[in-house]
Amino acid sequence: MSVSLLKNPRLASTLASASKTLFHQNMAVKNFHTSLKSHYAATNSPPPAEGFLPGVANSKLIKHTHHDALRNPELAGVANGETKKMNTFQAVNDAMSIALATDDTACVFGEDVAFGGVFRCTMGLSEMFGRDRVFNTPLSEQAIAGFGIGMAAMGSTAIAEIQFADYIFPAFDQLVNEAAKYRYRSGGEFNVGGLCIRTPCGAVGHGGHYHSQHPEAHFAHTPGLKVVVPRSPIQAKGLLLASIRDRNPVIFMEPKILYRAAVEMVPVGDYELPLGKAEVLTQGTDLTIVGWGAQLYVLENAIQIAQKKMPGLSVELIDLRSILPWDVETVCNSVNKTGRLLIAHEAPKTQGFAAEIATTVME
Amino acid sequence: MYARVSVRALARSIPSKAIKATPAPLTHSAKAFSTSALSMDSHKKKERVKVHFPGALDSHFSQVLEIREKMEPIDTFRVMDTDGKVLDKALEPEVTEEFATKIYKDMLTLNVMDLILYEAQRQGRISFYMTNAGEEAYIGSAAALDPEDEIFGQYREAGTLLYRGFTLDQFMNQCYSNDMDLGKGRQMPVHYGSKALHFQTISSPLATQLPQASGAAYAIKRSGKKNCVMCYFGEGAASEGDFHAALNIAATTSCPVIFFCRNNGFAISTPANEQYKGDGIASRGVGYGMHTIRVDGNDVWAVYKATQEARKIAVEKHKPVLIEAMTYRVGHHSTSDDSSAYRSKKEVEDWKRHDNPMVRMRKWLESKGWWDEARENEHKSTQRSAVLKSFAAAEKRKKPAVSEMFNDVYDKLTPNLIEQKKELEELIKKFPAHYDTSNYAKEN
Repeated sequence: MSVSLLKNPRLASTLASASKTLFHQNMAVKNFHTSLKSHYAATNSPPPAEGFLPGVANSKLIKHTHHDALRNPELAGVANGETKKMNTFQAVNDAMSIALATDDTACVFGEDVAFGGVFRCTMGLSEMFGRDRVFNTPLSEQAIAGFGIGMAAMGSTAIAEIQFADYIFPAFDQLVNEAAKYRYRSGGEFNVGGLCIRTPCGAVGHGGHYHSQHPEAHFAHTPGLKVVVPRSPIQAKGLLLASIRDRNPVIFMEPKILYRAAVEMVPVGDYELPLGKAEVLTQGTDLTIVGWGAQLYVLENAIQIAQKKMPGLSVELIDLRSILPWDVETVCNSVNKTGRLLIAHEAPKTQGFAAEIATTVME
Repeated sequence: MYARVSVRALARSIPSKAIKATPAPLTHSAKAFSTSALSMDSHKKKERVKVHFPGALDSHFSQVLEIREKMEPIDTFRVMDTDGKVLDKALEPEVTEEFATKIYKDMLTLNVMDLILYEAQRQGRISFYMTNAGEEAYIGSAAALDPEDEIFGQYREAGTLLYRGFTLDQFMNQCYSNDMDLGKGRQMPVHYGSKALHFQTISSPLATQLPQASGAAYAIKRSGKKNCVMCYFGEGAASEGDFHAALNIAATTSCPVIFFCRNNGFAISTPANEQYKGDGIASRGVGYGMHTIRVDGNDVWAVYKATQEARKIAVEKHKPVLIEAMTYRVGHHSTSDDSSAYRSKKEVEDWKRHDNPMVRMRKWLESKGWWDEARENEHKSTQRSAVLKSFAAAEKRKKPAVSEMFNDVYDKLTPNLIEQKKELEELIKKFPAHYDTSNYAKEN
C-alpha cells in the first residue's frame, strides 16, 4: 500500500498508522475488514471467492436510498427513473445487458462467461442474447485480447473479460503493442475504439499473489489506452457503459471485493458517467486524499479514525475513477485549496500510480 | 507422441510386443461394435470401444501402447512444374488473359519496386525496406479473394496491396514517411495500411495479427456478409503463442478466416529446422481441428486454387482454414540483414535458377500466347519509370506537421496530451536553432 504525503509529518504519521492498522486483525473502531477467523466463527463456511468486506455496507459513500442515489447531478439523465437494489456484479451485469440491447454488434466473451461467470457478472446474458453474442473462449488471454481487437477493428463492440487481472499479462503485448497503438500507427485508417476489457482486480484477503493484483500502473504507462476503476455499483454501471461506448480501448478494473459487499440503489435506466473525471466525495479544507476502487472505504475509515484523534479535521476525499487519463485539474484545484495531498493504493508503492499523481501535483 | 496403457498392463511391466513405435497412418477406420463404454477388458478383437470422456472426440480404447512419432507428412499441392507446365490437365486454370496477365504484371511491378526501394535504402534515402524476392507467387492468393475480404498481413505481402490497387505513390509516401502517407509518417517503411482496400495496417510485432484475424472474421460472420479474412504470416511467426491462440479460437468459435503461412525456410537467419520439429506448419492445423492445405508457394496457380477452395470453406461453412505455402526467401530478411552470413550465395542462386515463381508463371503465360519478351521488357521499363517518378515525388515532400505527433493517440486529444503539445510548441518557439521544423509540413 502506498501513502504519499506532501506536508505536515504529524498528519502523515497519524494517517499512515491508521491505514496500516486497518489491515491488522482486531480493531477498536469498527471492524472494517472482518478476519477470516471471525468469519468462520460466525458463519461456519469458507469465505466467498470475491472476499468479504462488511464495512462497506456502513459506508457513507454508498447510496442506500433511492433519493440519495438520484441526488447525484451526474445522474440527471435518469433522475426521474426507477432505482433497484443491486450489488456490484449485478450492476456490471445490468450495464452489459443494456450495451448488448442497444448495440447489435456488441458481444461479451471470455473464460466461463456463458454460464454466468465466476463472479456472476454475466448471469443470464447468454440466455437472453444468444450464444453467438455471449460465449466462452478457450483458456487464452492473448486469444481473448487479440480476438477482441480484431472484432473492434471491424467496427464491432467487443466486451472481453479477463477472469482475474492477475492473468492479464499474456494479453499485455496485444493490449500495449496493438490495441493502444492501433489508431495512431494506422494514421487513423483503423481503430479499436469498440474494445473494452473488463477484469476483476484487487485483494480479497485469501487471494495470494495471483488473485489479488491491482495492475493499473502497468497500463497507465501506455498512451492510447484508458483505465477505469469504479468504487460502487452505481459508479460501475455508469462507468462501464461509458467505457464500452468510448471510442478508445478501455481497461475496466472491477475491485472484486466489492462484487457482493457494495449494494446500492442503482438507476435501472441507461446512463453513463464521465471518463477522465474524478469525483469529490467529501469536501474539506485541511487535506486532499486521493484513492480509487475499494481503497476509498479504507480511506473513509482512516479519516474517521483520524478525526477522532484530531477533532475538526476537514478532509477532501477524491475518487479518481479514471487512472488514464486522470483528472489533473480536480486534484490540483483541491490541493491548491488544502495545501496537502495524500494518496493511497493497494498496488506496490514503488512506481505505483501515486508516484505519477504526486509528481504532477508537485510540478 | 501419444501413449495409452491397458488396464492389465498397469499391474506388471508392459510386454514389448504391445508397444508400437512405427508411424501410424493418418486416417484410421474404426468400427465400434460395443455399446459398453466402460468395458476396457475386451477380448473380442474386432470390437472397438469408444472413449466417452468429455474431452475425447472420436477416440477408441486400445490395448496397444501406441507411441506415435509422426503422422504421414502432408503432400504439397502443385499445378505447374518448374517450367510452368500444368502437370494435370484437369487442373488447367480457367481464367481470362486479362486476369492471368494482371497477376504476372503485378509480380513484375513488385519486383521492380523492391529493387529500386532496396537500393534507395542502401543509399540512405529511406531508412528501411523489406523485399518479396522469391515469394511473389503469393499474389495468386490475393487474386482468389473478394476485394472486401479483410487482409491482416505480416510484412512481406505488399503484393496483395498492389494487386488491390494501392498506387506506387502510396507505397512511396509510406516509405518516405511524408505528409501524404496514409499512416501519417508514424511507422517504419513497409508498414502499409489501407481502409479503402481492406488491408489492415502492418505492425512490427510478429503473429499479433493472427488472433485479431480470428476476431475480425467473427465480426464478419455476425454481420452476415459473404466475406472472409485472409491472414498472412511466416513459419517463424507460427512459433509465437499468438499463432496457437488464434487457430484454437478460430476453430472453437467457427470463424471465416484463412490462415496463410508463407513458409520460406528462414526467420531472419534461423532455418526452418531450428524453428520446428514437426511436419511444418500444416500439421498443426489438423491438431486444432481445422481444414488444412499445403501448397507449392512458388506456383501461382496452386496458390490461387488453394485459396479459392479455402475461401469457399471459410465463407460457406464459416470454418477456418490453414494454408501452408512452401517457398524460399531469395532476398535478405530486410535491409538490416546480409544473408550471406548464414547461407551460401550458391544456395540462393540455385533456387533462383531452379524454382523461380516469376519464371514459372511467365512460361505458362507464354505457352498460352499471352506473354512474350517484348511485353516483358515494355512492362518492366514502364514500371521502372513509374516507380522512379513516384519515388522522386515522394522524396521531395515534407514530413507531416509536428502537431500530428499528438493526434490519433486517442480519438480526441486528452488533457495531458494537450499540455504536452503546448509544451513542445513553446520549446520549438524558444529554441528554433535546435528544433528545425523546415522539413515538416506547416501546421493547419
